[in-house]
Amino acid sequence: MTDLVVNLAYLGAAVLFVLGLKMLGSPSTARRGNALSAIGMLIAVVATLLSQGVVAWHWIAIAAGAGAVVGALAARLVAMTSMPEMVALFNGSGGIASLLVGAAALFPGVIGGAAGAETAVSTFTAVTVLLSVMIGGVTFSGSIVAWGKLAEVLPGGALLFAGQRLVNGGLLAALVACGVCFALAPSADSPYFVAVLVLALALGVLAVVPIGGADMPVVISLLNSYSGLAACAAGFAINNNVLIVSGSLVGAAGIILTNIMCKAMNRSLANVLFSGFGAPRAGARVEGEVKPINAEDASLILEAASAVAFVPGYGMAVAQAQHVVHELGELLEENGCEVSYAIHPVAGRMPGHMNVLLAEASVPYDQLVEMEDINPRMANIDVAVVIGANDVVNPAAREDEASPIYGMPVINVDHARTVFVLKRSMASGFAGIDNPLFFGANTRMLFGDAKTSISAVIASLKD
Amino acid sequence: MELVPVYLAFILALSIFLGFELISKVPATLHTPLMSGANAISGITLVGALLAAGADGPGWLATLLGAAAVFFATVNVVGGYLVTDRMLGMFKKRPDKQAAEKPET
Repeated sequence: MTDLVVNLAYLGAAVLFVLGLKMLGSPSTARRGNALSAIGMLIAVVATLLSQGVVAWHWIAIAAGAGAVVGALAARLVAMTSMPEMVALFNGSGGIASLLVGAAALFPGVIGGAAGAETAVSTFTAVTVLLSVMIGGVTFSGSIVAWGKLAEVLPGGALLFAGQRLVNGGLLAALVACGVCFALAPSADSPYFVAVLVLALALGVLAVVPIGGADMPVVISLLNSYSGLAACAAGFAINNNVLIVSGSLVGAAGIILTNIMCKAMNRSLANVLFSGFGAPRAGARVEGEVKPINAEDASLILEAASAVAFVPGYGMAVAQAQHVVHELGELLEENGCEVSYAIHPVAGRMPGHMNVLLAEASVPYDQLVEMEDINPRMANIDVAVVIGANDVVNPAAREDEASPIYGMPVINVDHARTVFVLKRSMASGFAGIDNPLFFGANTRMLFGDAKTSISAVIASLKD
Repeated sequence: MELVPVYLAFILALSIFLGFELISKVPATLHTPLMSGANAISGITLVGALLAAGADGPGWLATLLGAAAVFFATVNVVGGYLVTDRMLGMFKKRPDKQAAEKPET
């Protein structure tokens, strides 16, 4: 196939990616959009395989076959609760793929897919290769650490040590210095290239280590963005348009999500990245008496309610309670009650995590309500049921200036007529902050495993 | 030839703006599928990986790097699109029956 046809195919693929993302604007068209995007990818891959640059097939067949099997199995077997880990790993594999492509572009005969013998590596190519190796390396090792924290292979809290910023700053300076040395005399066997590679990998680890578990939604979004930027840099390295277009679309997506997450926590990106927020700290102590309730009494109150809002958090995912929550919701609807599910942008461990879990439990998407839409009508909600959420419903964020989360937008469940809080015990939440909601006059605590508690409520509702 | 970087930068700048416009219209409900879909799209590196692994003559090291890149990028493409499809298949509208009943309540 001639270069012209191949590039026209890339153009078609880019258009399909854009259309696919556009159709992701509504849940009703999203699935077709994803299929369209996949067709675009297929076109790009087939065109590349038929291009003049690809003449040796056996390694491609083996590697692509293995990759397809691993990808398909992962996609099929992953539990929806583990999507954050999965996306973290995908971010990492995207990063390392770009790193490898960048590195391969240093070899004569690879650049631009032309099989010609290009002898010297130009400065432009050297710089773009450096960028793809740096961004790809940071994305890869950073994502592996993020995955380790999410999967609880590594300790989830923030790991801080003395002089951490100094070390990171020094590392970054060394990375830039080695990069400059490499760019001055670029070649595939330059020792500076290996140094850049090692330093980038180390920087990725050190950059994610000080970030606490509660900030993981931000980190995954940011690494998602990096994986796109790495693809973009690889596109520059091999003069390929479709890599640049797709990479920047992904980069933009990640940056937007990062921004949304930061706003939802009322923190700057710099604060998330460098402050070690998840580390234990002295917050305002809250004293008071909690009022427990049992499942029977809870079911009586729910039976009388005409508007109920469920507010899920990561605890719902841990307890695998989403299916019983939906069952309870349906029972209440049959009882003539208006049921909604209010979702905070940073509930769960990645953007939109709770929505996917509830969708999996067959909750219709028109019942999933965003924070800005539920808060104005919270006073008309008879019962707000908080399931495994803590910080995202903490009124201290509104009222207590000493609170570490002061200023963070929260779902104002305390404005509802009654609040049920489902909680395993009285331990504080993921971010380690006390919650005055638990001591509120209209709050009732339903202690125990969320799934067991809700099943008990359902059982007594059915009686 | 010196214009090539500029022309690539043009494409970069325009696609970033396009990306911001497109992604800011994606509702919060779909942010997880958006991310896994973005994973799939960033697997476009596969194109570069195929060129590296399939080139004749650059030596075994370049072929090895290319083949490893093909593996990782294919994981992203196949895994990303399939898991996104699986997730999006779960998002359903409220059944019509209930929607019709709703105004009465």
